[in-house]
Amino acid sequence: MLKHIRVPTLVCAAMLLAAGGAFAAEAPIKIGFPIPLTGEIPKVGESTKFAAELYREEVNAKGGLEVGGKKYPLEFIYENNEAKPETAVNVTLKLITRDNVLAIVGPQSSRQAVPAGATANDNETPMITPWSTNPDATKDRPWVFRAAFLDDFQAPVAANFASKQFEAKTAAVLFEISNDYSKGLADNFRDAWEKKHGKGSLLAYESHGPKDQDFSAQLTKIIKAKPDFIFLPENYSFAALIVPQARDLGYKGPFMGSDAWGSAELMKLCKDTCKGQFFSTHYAAAGAKGATKEFIDKYNKKYGYVPDDVAALTWDAIGIVMESIQKTGKIDGNVRKMRKSIRDNMASIKEYKGITGTMRFENRGDPVKCAVIVEIDQKGDFTFKESVCPQ
Amino acid sequence: MEFFLQQCVNALQWGSFYALIALGYTLVYGVLRLINFAHGDVFMVGAYLAFFVSTGLLAPEGMFGFSREMVLVLTIPLTMILTSMVGVTLERIAYRPLMRKGAHRLYVVITALMCGLVLENGNLALLGASRRTLPELIEKKVYNFGDIAVTNLKLWVILAAVLVFFALLFIVTKTRMGMAMRAVSWDRFALPLMGIPLEQVIVFTFALGSAIAGLGGLLFAMSYPVLEPYMGAMTGWKAFIAAVVGGIGDIRGAFLGGFLLAFVEVMVAAFLPSTFRDLFAFSILLFILWQRPTGIFGKPLTTKI
Repeated sequence: MLKHIRVPTLVCAAMLLAAGGAFAAEAPIKIGFPIPLTGEIPKVGESTKFAAELYREEVNAKGGLEVGGKKYPLEFIYENNEAKPETAVNVTLKLITRDNVLAIVGPQSSRQAVPAGATANDNETPMITPWSTNPDATKDRPWVFRAAFLDDFQAPVAANFASKQFEAKTAAVLFEISNDYSKGLADNFRDAWEKKHGKGSLLAYESHGPKDQDFSAQLTKIIKAKPDFIFLPENYSFAALIVPQARDLGYKGPFMGSDAWGSAELMKLCKDTCKGQFFSTHYAAAGAKGATKEFIDKYNKKYGYVPDDVAALTWDAIGIVMESIQKTGKIDGNVRKMRKSIRDNMASIKEYKGITGTMRFENRGDPVKCAVIVEIDQKGDFTFKESVCPQ
Repeated sequence: MEFFLQQCVNALQWGSFYALIALGYTLVYGVLRLINFAHGDVFMVGAYLAFFVSTGLLAPEGMFGFSREMVLVLTIPLTMILTSMVGVTLERIAYRPLMRKGAHRLYVVITALMCGLVLENGNLALLGASRRTLPELIEKKVYNFGDIAVTNLKLWVILAAVLVFFALLFIVTKTRMGMAMRAVSWDRFALPLMGIPLEQVIVFTFALGSAIAGLGGLLFAMSYPVLEPYMGAMTGWKAFIAAVVGGIGDIRGAFLGGFLLAFVEVMVAAFLPSTFRDLFAFSILLFILWQRPTGIFGKPLTTKI
């Protein structure tokens, strides 16, 4: 596998050296992917690579990426970050200094994206992480971007959707106190809800510990307060316990979840009880339309399964990089200059129409983009309900 | 008022699990003066065994042709027997060799802690991190009494805990084996001189305690159908605390302690912010122990069980 990647890289590098600037017109555009091909989350690495290969083959089949009237073939270099922070830093540095990539797409999870982002930023190389939602990945790093929304956006999305869908005036929250993701989302939701419906409209704000299995005390309290719906910014394994327990205690209203619900295991654990509920996420495969559906069909045809949100976000992240390269107008032999203008173009993207929605970077690393609300239908599929955009 | 009653029902159900686990702790401690820290994980193994037994009996369509009720009726004894075998195996390979060599009780307790970790991580290595869920064995019904909602499963859980308690009380106080168990805790060294087979009594104690944990695991898996390898650790620790607060070594103490802990936990969460639940719950238990260091039923210098 490694040989496949490296041999063309070396050949190209040799050609570049031999031919110098005069040959640059035919030199490929190199993008680096520090992704977890092994380790804890190999599926994430696989999705990334599959989506990237799909993109590369499609562009190269047309003769390459058109920049300033000339066509340049794409070359994607995949490095394994082993799902470890230190390896992610090393391979990112290698991609930047040895492979001279114009931009980095990845790493995917925040645990690797946060340290790798520092490396990219220090070496003044544009980096875009498709999947990381931790604010620290892009914070105070002008060279680092992301394709996913942040959690302080997701909470108001849930609040707005629930107000409309359930005609809710009051809400209750149950969250995991020891999980930064859950707690952060719960706090953001409280602020958003009270801003929208006024003080006192959040009837219950209850928490539980990391190992809890019985939530009846908190749920009885919540049910007594009679909220119009319950917001559960929880991992899917907790959601699968809480929803049935609330039903057992006589709660009949709706639930609203967050993107951590979006695991195939949710339906295995929760069975029929979770059907008909909603949660916010990055993209919905079932019932997708337009370009999103095209992507899903292409991916499904080539690899034999429906792409997850990682694949879709990777596709968009590559698209953003490509558009930024095209906007530079011409490929300069000077890698540092190219990187600078790619970064500037990324930061000033007015509107990028991706398959996970339209996004723009208002000179920050985090996109302004819509979230997708997914409904768990009667077959247990996650179907697209609507997309909610920042106001 | 209804709110309070509903919370009482919640506490009764949750307390039943604590009580079922605490009974196992207290049985072994009462007889051997050994804190079997692996007991929480035996409970976890019981839940997994219930999963395998019930899916095994259900899965091959038409092979057995059992109805769900029949599967449940078969799963209960099978799970209890299999779990008691796990407990007996632990005693046989981990505790007995040490005790025979006359190791200090401290080393046996540490061995028990390690056995618990072996069970947890062995499960993780064998079955992976993905969570499992028990098939629905009884049709869930929600009964409403005014504003109070109770499921049939909750009633069964509470009933099971009460029945197990009385059965244990009967075994320990009214049967010959129970008399032997009490004799072991009275004087382990004089016992063989009286012609009582010491090791058989110990094996029986472990089998009994683990069978109850197996029943608890099955009922737990039915009530909270998300199984993971570490599910027994925290619940097991809390049940141990419940047994100590009740007075470890005393069956009534374990039973009462389990419900007491659950009541304190639920009521703290019900009337104070739930963030404080464990902080307040365990402060209250600390206060009880401070007042009665031997627990509610514990009496210093008397025979326990």
